[in-house]
Parts: sequence; C-alpha cells; structure tokens
Amino acid sequence: MTGSDAATLPGDATTRGRRRKKLRNQPGTPAPAERPVAAAEEERGLRAGWRVIAAKEFSDHILSIRFLVLTIILGLAAAAAVYATAGAIRDLASDASGSPSLFLKLFTVSRGDIPAFTTFIAFLGPLLGIAFGFDAINGERAEGTLPRLLSQPIHRDDVINGKFVAGLSAIAVIFTAVTLVVTAVGILQLGILPEPEEIARLLIWVVLAVTYVGLWLAIALLCSVVLRRAATSALVAIAVWLLVTLFATLVVGLIAGFIAPIPADAGQGSAEVLRNTALQQELARLSPSQLFEEATAAVLDPSIRTLSPGLVTAAQADRAIPSILSLGQSLLVIWPQFVALVAATAVMFALAYVSFMRQEVRA
Amino acid sequence: MAAAESPAEQAGDQAGQSAAQRAAQAGTIAIRTKALTKRYGEFTAVDKLDLSVKQGEVYGLLGPNGAGKTTTILMLLGLTEPTSGTARVIDLDPARNPLAVKRHVGYLPDAVGFYGGMSGRQNLRYTARLNSIDKKVADERIDNLLTRVGLARAGDNKVDTYSRGMRQRLGLADVLVKDPSIVILDEPTTAIDPAGVIEVLELVRELARDGAAVLLASHLLHQVQQVCDRVGIFVGGKLVAHGTMDKLAGELGTGPIEIEIQAGPELEAVRRVAAAVVGVTRAELDPRDSRTVVAFAESDVRADLATALVQAGHPPSHLRRRGDELDEVYRRYFAANEPAPAAEVAA
Repeated sequence: MTGSDAATLPGDATTRGRRRKKLRNQPGTPAPAERPVAAAEEERGLRAGWRVIAAKEFSDHILSIRFLVLTIILGLAAAAAVYATAGAIRDLASDASGSPSLFLKLFTVSRGDIPAFTTFIAFLGPLLGIAFGFDAINGERAEGTLPRLLSQPIHRDDVINGKFVAGLSAIAVIFTAVTLVVTAVGILQLGILPEPEEIARLLIWVVLAVTYVGLWLAIALLCSVVLRRAATSALVAIAVWLLVTLFATLVVGLIAGFIAPIPADAGQGSAEVLRNTALQQELARLSPSQLFEEATAAVLDPSIRTLSPGLVTAAQADRAIPSILSLGQSLLVIWPQFVALVAATAVMFALAYVSFMRQEVRA
Repeated sequence: MAAAESPAEQAGDQAGQSAAQRAAQAGTIAIRTKALTKRYGEFTAVDKLDLSVKQGEVYGLLGPNGAGKTTTILMLLGLTEPTSGTARVIDLDPARNPLAVKRHVGYLPDAVGFYGGMSGRQNLRYTARLNSIDKKVADERIDNLLTRVGLARAGDNKVDTYSRGMRQRLGLADVLVKDPSIVILDEPTTAIDPAGVIEVLELVRELARDGAAVLLASHLLHQVQQVCDRVGIFVGGKLVAHGTMDKLAGELGTGPIEIEIQAGPELEAVRRVAAAVVGVTRAELDPRDSRTVVAFAESDVRADLATALVQAGHPPSHLRRRGDELDEVYRRYFAANEPAPAAEVAA
C-alpha cells in the first residue's frame, strides 16, 4: 500500500530472526547477492499480510451465523437485565435521586432473580471469545486452506495475528452495540442522561470487557492451534470456561480451608479468619472472571473504595469518610486487575503464537 | 492462449517479469537443490536430494505416497527448514527469503481447499490481495483464469457447491493468480475424472510453453508421464533415478523382454507358433490372464511374431511389450527399493 507498510515488514519477527541467523552462519561474508532483490521487492510496497487476513476474517465473523446468534443472546440478556433494573431503580428513585452515578446503576444493580447486565457479560463473555476463536487454525487445516494460505507471500505469524485482531474487532463491535442499546433503553426508561464522567466510565468498562473476552479468544486460539479437531477444541475451551466461572469459588474455599484452617473457637476478625479470607481472595483472583467482576464493580460504582472489603476491619471502615471516588481514583483501584487481565491475555496469545510458529505446515 | 497471455503481460511489472520475458529465459535454472536433507527425529524424510528444474520445463517428481515429495516442496517454499543441504529457487534461499520466493512460486497443495462459504471468484480475489496485486489487474486476470480453467460460469457460485474436479481446476487458477514463474503442483490429477486430467495436463504443458518452470509431484505416473520433459523417481526420500523417460526405460531395458500375445482361443497353438519364432527363448501361458500367451525374447521381435501368427492362421488382436512404459519402470524401481516401513507410516 504505502511506504510505511513496506517499512514495517522487514522488521517482522521471523525475518529478523533469519537475518540474525544468517549473520551468525556466515561471519565476515559480504551481503549476499539475494539481498538487493528482496530489498527491491520490499520497496515496491507489500500490503501487510495480517491486515488482509484480518479484513477477510472480520467480514466472515460479521456475516456468520454465530455472530448473529450471539448478538441476539447478548441483546436479549441485556434487554431483560435493563428492564428489570430500570424498574428497581425507579422504585428507589426517591432516595437515590442524589446519587451521582444513578445512570451506571442501570448496568450493575440486579433485582431479585434477574442478574445485572455486567453479571451477564462476565458469565457469557467467555462464550463470545470461544466462539470466535475455537476453529481459527484447525478449521483452516480441516478445510485444507492452510497450506495454500501459507504459500502466499505473507509471514506465518500474519495468519494468527490477523485472526486475533479480527476476533477482537468482532467482539468490540458486539459490546459497543449492546452497550449502546442498553444506554438508549436506560435513557428512555429512566428519563435521565448520563454525565460525561459516566460515559467515560462506560467506555473504560467496554475496554475492560473486550480485554476480558480477548483473554478467552486467546485461550480458544491456543486450543485451535494445539487440537486438531474443531469440536475437541470447542469442548476443551468450554470446559475451561465452566471450570473457571462455576467451580472456581468452590475449589478456592476448599484450598483455603486446607492451607489456612479456621479453628472452631476463632472469633470474628481473628488472625486465622483474616488469613483465610485473604488467601481465598488471592486464590480467587487467579480466575479472570473474578478480576473482571472486581474491576467492573469499581469502575462502574464510584462509591467502591477498595476491592478487598473482607480485609477492612470495622475500625478502619469506621474512620473512612463516606465519599465518592473520582474517575482517576477508581482507575487506580482497578489498575492491578486490568494489568493482570492484559498480562493473562498476552501470555495466552504468546502460547498460541509460539505453538503455531513451531508447528509443521502439514498435519 | 492469447486471452490468457494478455493479463500476464499487463501485470508483468507486478510479478517481476512477463510471460514473454520468461520464455526468453527458458533454459535457466529455476530450482536447484544440493544434498537437501530433512529429518524428523530418527526418520529421514528427504535424503541428500540433488534436483534441478529449468525454466520452460516440466519436471515430474514421481514416487509413492510418503516418499518425501511434499516435504521437498515445503522446503522449496520455505515452509519447512531443511535439516542440512541447500535449496535455491530463482537464485534465492527459501529458508531465508521466504516472502520473495513465495511471490514467484505458485503452489497447488495436495487436496487443495477453499473457503466454502465464498465464491470461487472471491477465493481468488483473496489470494490476489495477499499478493498485493492491484484490484483492477487482479479482477481482469481472475476473469481470464476462470475462463481458462472452464469455471467462467461457476465462478460466482459458492465453492461448497463445487465438485472435486472443479475445486482442482479452481486450485490451478489460484496458483496462476500471482503470475508465477515457477509452478509447483502436488498431485494435481488425483480425484478428477479422466477428461479433467487431460485438461489439467494440457494446462501444465501451456505453462511450460509460456516459460514457467513446472515441478509436478505425483504418484500417478501413467497420467503425468506424457507431459514431463524429465522425471525423477523418488522413493524413500532418495532420488533413485532421473532423466528423460526414454533414458529411464533404456536403463532398465537390458535382459529378456516379455511380449504379451492375444490371438484367439487356441492358446496352445499360439504358444507353439510363438515359441518357434527366431529370437524367442520360450513361450508360456500367462498364469494371471487366461487369454494371454507370454513370449520371452532376447530382443523386440514383435514384428516377426505378428507375421508368424498371421501365417499360422492366428492373427493377433493384442501384441504388447511389457516394460516399455513408465509405470513398468516405476514398478521395477519400487521392487528394487522397497520403501522402509517408516515411510509407510509417514504416508
């Protein structure tokens, strides 16, 4: 396309690795004759391969049935949650009218048996990531398109990078759309407009949600690289999801009870109880859904001042002046959670990337 | 032909050189490997392969499944790194310059696949985009290619509706989208009907005539022998014989030759007549075919046999020398070089 694209290509990981190797292999030899040819070709301008792949994959996602089905499921969940929540908020309107974050309550408050919108997302989000990633690589293998794709003048990592970008973009589109719908319904139902800070908080939450689902996309990608069959890959990814979201709390309680048992005569707030609670919380934070839920709570509810309520003693809470955090302060509260989510996503994607690069083209 | 050449020439600056330029260079070396070796752990898939393919020539890499043909091709494309040895493709090392190599080499994989939800034309457009070919040039070229492979009408149907033969032909069009100067075809004639095979082979011939170097890997040699200028017999990772087909047949032509005779129902009479012909050492009934008599001779005495049979009142309906066809050559090489069990597993 343009010169800038051409300039980025020689810096591609594989090329760089090969160049270095070449230098190591032939110390002291002048630049090999093939260099000028390759350089001339790179100058001519080559579209970055991952962009072409990402564009194609993105349009595949958007037109796919799974995109439609997932959007409808999320849309219905959002509609149900918002409808119930709006009713609840109106019931409380008299004493909640002073609350500066009334609009955000639309996303976080649950009424009775219908969970809040963000709870739905924390639970269903992983499914979205799995749906857009579980057959990314093994699907190409099964269809026999992978050798053909890799024999085009692109780097091998263009394939997996392009697919990850396309999946993330599709997820971002769904989240943005659903959040906008919820906002619109909320405005109609409540008759109040969100403040600029509330909009900013919502945007940050969308970024958080995309990161969280991106983690599951990376996990699904890893499955699609390692496992030959798409069905196996989907099942494994879903098993991990169920394990992490449903059974994690049970397992965490068991482990914490085993490592830091609470004696029968331990009083409220005793050292043993504190130790057990702290351990439970740390273990629970190994689960990405826990991280996401904590970050969601703090970013959408400015009155949340700490994400470790179990570890704040009554004496400490007593001295705190009940007040509302500014956006910057809320961000500080969620920063560890956000960094952990990004890091987990990066690690999972790196695993998928490395195993894909090391794999033979042929099955 | 003329229709196919024009887009190639228009896009000449895109792919480096036009078909006409390449034809002028016919005879220069396009692919050369030296002691190319690939090992997977203990198993040696390709063993010290020396190979050279010239521009304008069709080279048949013939061998059974699991002989290492596909592994060789992947090394030529830079998709697998050789364990040792070197490969040069249009004077580039595919292990170090895979992009430049892949820009000039069109590769039709074994069991080629396409995105079923997209039309044939959309699949080809995707390939064109991956090759950074200008959209206008690409569209024109794709139109021509679809006509050339006989998919002009089916081009806008989804690939899911295509037969295997149509997919194979779409695969050929896909290879040609980038106007390659080297074409590598892996088993291009499997899974298509005989008429389709002839069409594919004609297209291969045309490509070579336009100056491209064609490397054709196959285990169906009787299908591909007619288009190959040279062949290499590849068994168990080793090139056991190479050269023109006449040369290969000549190398094996020593020793007694066998002639099949079918001349009516009186087998015993036919056998006696055949055995009496000068040069025939003995004649016997073929144990595998109850209609056939086999004569063993020092030289090709088919003309004498025919004359004798006609004079004796048993005009022959079938008179064939065994062993002068490439598959006979191939079979004998296989018998002499049983592939190791490991090669069977890899297949």
